[in-house]
Amino acid sequence: MSYQFTVSPDFTPDHLSGWYIFNTWLQKQTDNAIHLEMYNDFHDQREAIKKDNVDLIYANPFDAAMLVRERGFKPLVKAAGLSDEAIIAVNVDNQVEDVAHLNSGIKVAVTEDPDVHMMGMIMLEPGDLDASNVEIIQSDTYVLVAKHLLKNEADVGIFLAESFDDLSNMIKKQLRILVRSQISVIHHSLMIGPKLLDQRENIQNTLMQMTGDEKGKGVLESLGFTHWENVDDEEMEFMIDLMDTLTM
Amino acid sequence: MLHDMKAEDINGEFTEVTLDLYGGLSRKILYTEVETPYPDGKLIVSTTDKEGVITHVNRSFVEMSGYEEEELLGAPHSILRHPDMPPAAFKDLWDTVNKGEKWQGFVKNLRKDGGYYWVKATVIPNVRDDEVVGYTSVRRKPSRTKVEECIKLYPTLF
Repeated sequence: MSYQFTVSPDFTPDHLSGWYIFNTWLQKQTDNAIHLEMYNDFHDQREAIKKDNVDLIYANPFDAAMLVRERGFKPLVKAAGLSDEAIIAVNVDNQVEDVAHLNSGIKVAVTEDPDVHMMGMIMLEPGDLDASNVEIIQSDTYVLVAKHLLKNEADVGIFLAESFDDLSNMIKKQLRILVRSQISVIHHSLMIGPKLLDQRENIQNTLMQMTGDEKGKGVLESLGFTHWENVDDEEMEFMIDLMDTLTM
Repeated sequence: MLHDMKAEDINGEFTEVTLDLYGGLSRKILYTEVETPYPDGKLIVSTTDKEGVITHVNRSFVEMSGYEEEELLGAPHSILRHPDMPPAAFKDLWDTVNKGEKWQGFVKNLRKDGGYYWVKATVIPNVRDDEVVGYTSVRRKPSRTKVEECIKLYPTLF
């Protein structure tokens, strides 16, 4: 039997090859045939989940509730020390010092990343801004969000903090951070679907022991991770409840 | 356990009142007019059991409330109850979450030092195996416009 593994489409492009290396490693370690399918966007990935095509997923926290409560997925692990944080940034020449001073009608450059978009919009709320009174400019990447700011095509940009920090110094010098989130408990997770659930403990143990050998360590490095941390059902439920409060 | 507030913990001139709280409790409150601004980018998170007793708080909760974590765990959530908050708001909160629904509102919270901070709060029931086992409350920075509206509205609800 062959299984399908997929990764949240907001993965860092630098780590694309890392996910293929990880998939090969996982197949060998667990003796499963696993095909890695990278979807172009969240819409395509969610369609595949709805058709029960996905058995293993490195999931965006925004999709965790749907995966657990509607599709019977369970959490396995998360990357240690990594949480999803968002940044609100403006062009360095913008005079605004505080989100509270932004005006309705502003243009907000965003990517499709659902959790970052949500956190960013929450950080705009103190300025009485919401989806009804801002103009959203959809961008494919965070570099394009930055370009919209540099060209004054957008007033503010919402970034994944990690992606903002990875922008070149030349770009960063032309931008200014208004707010950086410090939420700490929203994170991507590797999750397992109903067809693989009987192997959950085995796969979880295999992942937790990855740092125990040189090859496993190298695979983690290619993903930009140091090690995995266990995510139990209650931790996942807690994050889902938290996300639930934030989508209101 | 919920203790009366102590004068030595209070920062500045204070007013004293006794508040009747949910669950038949009452507490001596000492409060000041000192506002602590809500920090940008942070969420204050806590969970309680079904009776409203605190079972988890995050770092931001500890920082903003002025209490130590040990003082908060096991205390009723009404430890944050400010006398300027109308009882009707909390009745609405409990009526809503008891129906299994989410509640959202703007709340003036009381600090250990007698000061206060405004939040936009969302409370949801934690459902595990089809049963409500507690509640999660997440507070975020409110818009000043909404806070100004509440400052005018709340005194009319007593």
